[in-house]
Amino acid sequence: MSKQKLVIIGNGMAPGRMLEHLFEATEAFDVTIFNAEPRVNYDRIMLSPVLSGEKSFDDIVIHDDAWYAEHGITLHKGEKIVHVDRAARRVRSEGGIEAPYDKLVFATGSTPFIIPVPGHQLKGVCAYRDLADVDQMKAAATQGGRAVVIGGGLLGLEAAAGLRAQGMDVTVLHLMPTLMERQLDPAAGYLLEKELAGRGIEIRCKANTKAIHGEGRVEAVELEDGTMLEASLVVMAVGIRPNVALAQCCGLEVGRGIMVGADMVTSDPDILSVGECAEVDGMVYGLVAPLYQMARVAAATLSGGQGAFRHNETPTKLKVTGVNLYSVGEFGEDPALEDIVLRDARRGTYKRIILRDNRVVGAVLYGDVADGAWYNEFLKSGESVEDMRETLIFGQAHQGGVAADPLAAIANLGDDAEICGCNGICKGQIAQAITSKGLTSLGEVRAHTKASASCGTCTNLVEGVIALTLGDAFEKKVEGMCACTDLGHGDVRILIRSKGLKSIPAVMQELEWKTPEGCAKCRPALNYYLVSEWPGEYIDDQQSRFINERVHANIQKDGTYSVVPRMFGGLTTPDELRAIADVADRYQIPTVKVTGGQRIDLLGVRKEDLIPVWKDLNEAGMISGAAYAKGLRTVKTCVGTDWCRFGTQDSTGLGVKLEKYLWGSWSPAKLKLAVTGCPRNCAEATCKDIGVICVDSGYQIVYGGAAGLHIQGTTELGLVKTEEECIRTIGALTQYYRETGFYLERIYKWADRLGYDHIRAVVFDDRQQRNAYADRFEHSQTFAQVDPWAERVQGAEAHEFKPMADLTLEAAE
Amino acid sequence: MNAEAIITFARVESDWRLVGRIEDIPRQGARCVKTGEMTVAVFRTSDDRVFAMEDRCPHKAGPLSQGIVHAGCVTCPLHNWVISLENGRAQGADEGATRTFPVKVEDGSVYLKL
Repeated sequence: MSKQKLVIIGNGMAPGRMLEHLFEATEAFDVTIFNAEPRVNYDRIMLSPVLSGEKSFDDIVIHDDAWYAEHGITLHKGEKIVHVDRAARRVRSEGGIEAPYDKLVFATGSTPFIIPVPGHQLKGVCAYRDLADVDQMKAAATQGGRAVVIGGGLLGLEAAAGLRAQGMDVTVLHLMPTLMERQLDPAAGYLLEKELAGRGIEIRCKANTKAIHGEGRVEAVELEDGTMLEASLVVMAVGIRPNVALAQCCGLEVGRGIMVGADMVTSDPDILSVGECAEVDGMVYGLVAPLYQMARVAAATLSGGQGAFRHNETPTKLKVTGVNLYSVGEFGEDPALEDIVLRDARRGTYKRIILRDNRVVGAVLYGDVADGAWYNEFLKSGESVEDMRETLIFGQAHQGGVAADPLAAIANLGDDAEICGCNGICKGQIAQAITSKGLTSLGEVRAHTKASASCGTCTNLVEGVIALTLGDAFEKKVEGMCACTDLGHGDVRILIRSKGLKSIPAVMQELEWKTPEGCAKCRPALNYYLVSEWPGEYIDDQQSRFINERVHANIQKDGTYSVVPRMFGGLTTPDELRAIADVADRYQIPTVKVTGGQRIDLLGVRKEDLIPVWKDLNEAGMISGAAYAKGLRTVKTCVGTDWCRFGTQDSTGLGVKLEKYLWGSWSPAKLKLAVTGCPRNCAEATCKDIGVICVDSGYQIVYGGAAGLHIQGTTELGLVKTEEECIRTIGALTQYYRETGFYLERIYKWADRLGYDHIRAVVFDDRQQRNAYADRFEHSQTFAQVDPWAERVQGAEAHEFKPMADLTLEAAE
Repeated sequence: MNAEAIITFARVESDWRLVGRIEDIPRQGARCVKTGEMTVAVFRTSDDRVFAMEDRCPHKAGPLSQGIVHAGCVTCPLHNWVISLENGRAQGADEGATRTFPVKVEDGSVYLKL
């Protein structure tokens, strides 16, 4: 019997998933796909990480060319279907390719809605929908300037965060009074707005776009109230419209989308429809979970099985690193609804559960979202929560005295509790797949069940289910530090602390390193962790430091070194300058340069000259500027009240004090500071790792800036009144970073990982903790503030600086 | 044996050149020997084995003596190529090799054959 011919119009995520299910059930079909996009099937919901630069296109491909070949699928890329002849059961593409079908699937998806304001066709106006849009946005970002994102919904905000991460100034225009008003109540919307504003994204709510202006290309956006916003890129993310034109042309029943029954069959029994173009029971969908449910049902229908699409509330999460929010169900103003609300302003958390007749009908969580899945389970089951109303808001860990074991929470979930929202996979399905197929790793579970294979936010839960199902047989595979261990940086830091490990061999032995003595990746990291963990006790392992930190100078491409003496706060004196000039002459140093951190760099010093150079500089009162260190580098300053007519405080003086306080400290990655005397910011404090902006009322401490490969402004930590408090607070922040940062992780990445709200709560809001961290920093400094140059001039590590033997001399004798 | 005597011995056996004592080289470290035409890096591993090769990475001539030594290899400080101490070959996907030289330790003295 010859195979039936299945033709699919569209090659997005829904039909891709449908085919996977179909091939599991039957081999009865010959499949032909027509795709208007010139690509294979990729994970559209991961476009945001591609935009922000966290992932590449290859990372998000779902089906590569090999997959199509393996299943004998004919894929026509870049071929748009223009005609469907239902009587003859044939389709024809724009390029003239014809194909007959027995079964046809419409998966034409949707088109982003473009607001038809004047100027919407200008170059530089795009939607946020496919890879072409992302490419256009990234290209615009390389030019810098301002991006205006129209639409403060899920997609718009992800676009905004991505563009910000690419270094653009970003303004979000949103018609409604608060962000994401369909998923978030005003309180959570406010917290989100505050967080995004803190990241330098300007949010304008109740903003109605009137026109886009520009000569050939976007130059500005005009609002209804007359405001003009400069813009080099405009992204519209205001919604989608199902693509129904082709279906309409060939006479299928069409409403908002292509009308299908619960079995995904359209008004023509040989034609099905799945994805964003399909309308089922009066609803069209844009989130991936219901679309994957459609895919499952359609595959069942095609293979002669039974399936019915059922509407579910889909939880919403925002894929912006460091922003945690979760929303599901309803939260309207219906008087029959009751709320339970918990706010912790200091930690920036907000939890709200919405009840009707003691049953959960919605939940909005911001900051702490760990219990989202638990609330959603109540929502789906419709179970009464009357007995636990008083403790419900505190989350699952606080019910009936259950211990705070993270696995306990997962163990308590029912088999039909949804774990992976994107793919609609329940706990029971995962457990069943593990047992029946003998799966042992996260990767295998992903491959077989799709759980956590889309947006990845449920990875921890899935690992929890694997751990529960396999018991001790499962070892959680975190991304290891390097090939020498499967343990991640975080695990290693915790274990060093909890097991009291105080040497590199001890760490490698106790944590079961797979190589005898580590490698050039893990050894410097371990050395730093030990230095940071056990000040005064651990003896720095020179052989585990990179050459720059071993010889206290920066190796240059020709094997010579650069030497930078410290100039506290960027201040120097005629005597120091004379000494530097003399050294440059005496040792024939070819290049003398002023650095970006307000220091003087002597470049091209021969290794054997290092010690005499340092000795001369030491004698003139200078110490190592640590320009080579994963540690405190420089504190840059402006001239402040001493000289500047705008200065509000003694910024130079504070910079000097800060540098005297901080110098010598090692940190996960280099640490550069600046103190600027007024908000005009001449010292460029707002792109530093840590900055201080002096204002009339005190000192505004900011941190998390970057101005390297990645450019981003700082986020405010808080305002303090005195210099003393400013210095101690920065000490506390530095110490928290030193204790929890991963080796080579700059402070902005660390802050993204931990969350700015969390860091503020620990080192700023909680005075007791702030003091404890500052005290620990100062204790550590008592061991760290030793000038490495002076030590070496005195003879330490002498072997580093001269050859072991010079056979040329011997030969000449 | 004093140092004078060794030097005499080295001159007699002109193949093997005395370059110093093993304790002059830090474990998991290296020292340089200048020969006039090049610099040779002499490595000492954590288990006191000694290797010698030209102090020049096959990639961009980085000074291998300045790299981190681990499990029979050194990682170049310039671009992280990993070079085998035994045969001078680049490990992993990188291709290239550095000249190696015979080296031996007798009574704690290190001899190099160029």
